[in-house]
Amino acid sequence: MKKKTRKLLLIEVGVVAAIAVVLILIMPAILSQFRLNLLGRFLSLAIVALGIDLIWGFTGLLSLGHGIFFGLGGYAIAMYLKLQVPPGELPDFMQLYGITELLWFWQPFYSFPFAVICVVLIPAILAGLLGYLVFRNQIRGVYFSILTQAATIVFFNFFNGQQKLFNGTNGLIDFTTLFGAKVSDAKTQFVFYSLTVVFLVITYAVCRYLTSGRFGRVLIAIRDDESRLRFTGYNPTEFKVLVFAISGAIAGIAGAFYTLQSGSVSPRAMDIAFSIEMVIWVAVGGRATLIGAILGTLIVNYARTFLSEQFAEFWLFFQGALFLLVVTVIPDGLVGWLRNQKIPLLRNSTPIATYPSLETDPQLQHERQNLRN
Amino acid sequence: MNAKILETENLTVSFDGLKALNQLNFSMDAGELRVVIGPNGAGKTTFLDVITGKVQPTRGRVIFKGRNLRRFKEHQIARLGIGRKFQTPRVYLNLTCWENLEIASNRNKNTFSTLFHSPSSAEKKSIQVLLETIGLASKAYVKAAFLSHGEKQRLEIGMLVAQSPDLLLVDEPVAGLTDEETYNIGELLLALSHSHSILVIEHDMEFVRQIARKVTVLHEGSVLCEGTIEEVQKDPRVIEVYLGQQKE
Repeated sequence: MKKKTRKLLLIEVGVVAAIAVVLILIMPAILSQFRLNLLGRFLSLAIVALGIDLIWGFTGLLSLGHGIFFGLGGYAIAMYLKLQVPPGELPDFMQLYGITELLWFWQPFYSFPFAVICVVLIPAILAGLLGYLVFRNQIRGVYFSILTQAATIVFFNFFNGQQKLFNGTNGLIDFTTLFGAKVSDAKTQFVFYSLTVVFLVITYAVCRYLTSGRFGRVLIAIRDDESRLRFTGYNPTEFKVLVFAISGAIAGIAGAFYTLQSGSVSPRAMDIAFSIEMVIWVAVGGRATLIGAILGTLIVNYARTFLSEQFAEFWLFFQGALFLLVVTVIPDGLVGWLRNQKIPLLRNSTPIATYPSLETDPQLQHERQNLRN
Repeated sequence: MNAKILETENLTVSFDGLKALNQLNFSMDAGELRVVIGPNGAGKTTFLDVITGKVQPTRGRVIFKGRNLRRFKEHQIARLGIGRKFQTPRVYLNLTCWENLEIASNRNKNTFSTLFHSPSSAEKKSIQVLLETIGLASKAYVKAAFLSHGEKQRLEIGMLVAQSPDLLLVDEPVAGLTDEETYNIGELLLALSHSHSILVIEHDMEFVRQIARKVTVLHEGSVLCEGTIEEVQKDPRVIEVYLGQQKE
């Protein structure tokens, strides 16, 4: 049993490494600059999908507010980029609004390490705080979803309205340089792309680690019967706060990479529709599968690109139809469906033996060995 | 040390004026196997709800090993050493029997120690032994969703034991089971009673006769009488409120 698990794990590591190598070494050679940039963006969206899968697929908390964390991660890195101006000057939009002195909370963003820490920490702390307030009072299910959605509206309106602080609706755009290299340069973009792939792999590994051990089983237990778990002596609140914070941090990282590759971050990242879309990606790929979250993101986003190039107006209808189709026909998502089809590689590592006593019956073993062929 | 493992003093719980428990005074010794019976609506399940912290008492106190439980939350009460089995088996359907027991047997249930410590080999061994005790060793890697009703009941009792509480609260463990399964559960509880204090709530008189040494009869939220099963069955008040209504 143990040996087999280890073997499967090694296969998985191998497959993931191979995919990462293909993405970093081969894709740039066959895709145009534009297509590669698109792939990079989608891969960073896949990172946030992993975060959603962790909190929704495994822990059963449907968050409709991951756009907040995604946006905050994006803003944190964008603030650093906007401060890449000659000494004494202010970011362009501030000059436009007649600000003469840099606001206090912009000051620390001159430091790259600070900005990077903020990418992770601000979403994590905010998620942890929001989670603590909500979970402490045992608010669950649809009420949690509504609260996260309400939080999304608050943040959207805040960032949308603060023109002097964050350039309002337009968001932070026109990044110039990073470490002296031009942000829009193909080489810089390739570095961003490669880093996205690396972080996607790291995030996947972290999520796999979190969900595979006893901790992961406690998460599933929270999803399936939280109050039972409480009577067993666990405090589900702690677990949920931690997972929500991790999930928020993951979304922040995703937002930062997306911002670097799209060249802008705006309050639209905190639009409710965007947060719901993230959930759709995970649903399409398959909840609680991790790999499904990544696949779902890529499939839906490529479908969107393809369909909006072909029939510009119909994408939203397709998206709605896709969601309905998934919910009604394959509720377990693509990966869940494939697993049920008994495709060996995707199947659970622990086989479900309906009659396990048969497997251990010495008589039967004897017959199998001697009567075969 | 207090030899009483569980005591209640004037315990009253009212829901919108309706008194589910009314001035309930109850006590049981450490190491005892006690059966609580009573007609429907006598407050049996509410009694367990109050002990485990699901419901706060309106008045009165629950004292477990000399400690008032009022301030504690559900998970803290569980950590003090009270395990509860629910009326309908509540196991985690998407986890295997092994994983169900693994969750319950975790010694340190804090978030970070759960995250960073995988089960020790001693723990694994005790899970294996436990699986054999409850007769599910051959289904260790079967998802609980595929178990029969009786197997789920046994798995949940196993989860209680894995938690190694001092006091087991068992709510109707044989509801919906066949006679043979009922008998097996009875033997299991008797075996467990050597090392644990157990409080069983049950309707099934056959089963009560099998396991009971001391029986407490609840009626309208208070203790009606207490004694051996024979004494209780002879008590005219009990016959009136409870046994008289039995179809058997």
